[in-house]
Amino acid sequence: MNKLKNTFYPLTAPKLFITDKLMRLLLMGAASTSVLVVCLIFLFLFKEAGPFAFKPGLGKLLDSQWIPVSFQQERFGVGSLLSGSALVTALAMLVTVPISVLVAIYIAEIARPGEREFLKPFIEILASIPSVVLGFFGLLVVAPLVKATFGLSTGLTALTGALLLSLMAIPTIISLSEDALVSVPYALKNASLALGASQLQTIFRVTLPAALPGIVAAVMLGIGRVIGETMAVLMVTGNAAILTASPLSSVRTMTATIAAEMGEVPFGSIHYQALFWIGIILLVITFALNIVAQRVLKKYGMMK
Amino acid sequence: MVEHSIYPENQEMVITTSQVNFFYGQTQALFGISLLIPAKQVTALIGPSGCGKSTFLRCLNRMNDTIPHGRVEGEIFINAKDIYAPGTDVVELRKEVGMVFQKSNPFPKSIFDNVAYGPRIHGEKNPKRLAEIVEQSLQQAAIWDEVKDRLHANAMGLSGGQQQRLCIARALAVGPKILLMDEPASALDPKATTRIEDLIGELRTNYTIVIVTHNMQQAARVSDYTAFFYEGQLIECDQTPKIFTNPRQKQTEDYITGRFG
Ligand SMILES: Nc1ncnc2c1ncn2[C@@H]1O[C@H](COP(=O)(O)OP(=O)(O)OP(=O)(O)O)[C@@H](O)[C@H]1O
Ligand SMILES: [Mg+2]
Repeated sequence: MNKLKNTFYPLTAPKLFITDKLMRLLLMGAASTSVLVVCLIFLFLFKEAGPFAFKPGLGKLLDSQWIPVSFQQERFGVGSLLSGSALVTALAMLVTVPISVLVAIYIAEIARPGEREFLKPFIEILASIPSVVLGFFGLLVVAPLVKATFGLSTGLTALTGALLLSLMAIPTIISLSEDALVSVPYALKNASLALGASQLQTIFRVTLPAALPGIVAAVMLGIGRVIGETMAVLMVTGNAAILTASPLSSVRTMTATIAAEMGEVPFGSIHYQALFWIGIILLVITFALNIVAQRVLKKYGMMK
Repeated sequence: MVEHSIYPENQEMVITTSQVNFFYGQTQALFGISLLIPAKQVTALIGPSGCGKSTFLRCLNRMNDTIPHGRVEGEIFINAKDIYAPGTDVVELRKEVGMVFQKSNPFPKSIFDNVAYGPRIHGEKNPKRLAEIVEQSLQQAAIWDEVKDRLHANAMGLSGGQQQRLCIARALAVGPKILLMDEPASALDPKATTRIEDLIGELRTNYTIVIVTHNMQQAARVSDYTAFFYEGQLIECDQTPKIFTNPRQKQTEDYITGRFG
């Protein structure tokens, strides 16, 4: 095994053919592109957003309101957008996490092989629906439903957005949680069963706790996806930049703001730069979530 | 095939199997096993790899139930109850028949919670009672002195031998009458193995033990009776000294003397 492996390292290999060398360079080039792109994106974001830091200054971002176009005083408080994103994300997670974890438990531990084969394609299809399509579905089905259920004047609310985002996050969280559950050693489950535990007791007292780090990471990756999602929320959350905690009011998320305003903003203006700052904040948040999730997965040996 | 004559006159039998077949899908792994397991004695199951020892052992606490396409035929009576009769409570059965696995498999929980796991799932909530059970089980498994100061430390931090004794304590905490052990010492070093063997010697006064082992000396040291399995069949079962000195079957002798397996 080790011997085989060593032949891939140029240092210990007796001789490397020229094609091997070329191939290696090519692949290395391809691999480094991803690093390069990430660096370029950061560079570009800071270059575009940069001047805002000096004039009018980053303090402006702490304003209480987001009124980027105004005849009196333009205001660039990202707080309301941040809260919009936070509200929608939190609501989405409230819906997503219990459902996903229960479905994952069902698929990983309870479903018979036939049922599993039947269920998994549906989850994969759900994962592959473009978010614009989901947005349509939200406008035509979910929004009217929310409106009718709560007797609102508009169905375009944070809740509507959250429900759609749940649809997007659920497949990701299900399949990652399922992996975590399946990778719990059989020996542990058997130990529990042999002590007279029922299947459900075994799941909730042994399997689930043992898979918890993986599930936590799955949820964090899901949050990352939800925060970064644009189209669906742009379409159904009502686009009102208000600081609110009510699920039934209209809100506007960071991503939706960028998508909605970037097309009309004068190039290089302060407004334009402010939008880039939103982008930076977003990137930092998703970046952090991803890193934490990877750390958790790695720490508990759930990532190869 | 099994003659009562190998047991003392009034020996009580705890497990009676008759004509047990086991199938993994289409493949038959056990062929007509009829074996008696005497009470408060150690019965060793020996035989070459793949001969069905583990399969047979798992039939005794119905751990084979979880195997997809697994199928049992024949009858197994434990304490005069047919354990495969419809309506049998598997939970009750497994409380009665504890199991220790080849590789120690403590839960990634504290030492205390590992031992308390069984009593808890069976409804024991009283903390004082739980503490008593835990101490008593750890004492019986001869590991109390090593862990009494760190009951709330994670069990994964114990050595392999300690982990295995913890698993024995965990099984004892449920209050079984029978202990099934599938090569409980095969992953341990000689010193830890000796401790497990000593422990089995102590436990046999109170428990009926069925132990699978690959190690002939171990079978000779710890068991009262030995059953030799070969290719899914029970070749013979007899008092251990007899099996090792004067077996009735040629195949047994060949195996004991190391001519195959
Ligand atoms: N889950 C399974 N599915 C299909 N066949 C199995 C399964 N488990 C065991 N077998 C087969 O059944 C036969 C008996 O296996 P078993 O594990 O009972 O043997 P064993 O005597 O315990 O062997 P060892 O000493 O190696 O543990 C073997 O041929 C094995 O390949
Ligand atoms: Mg075995």
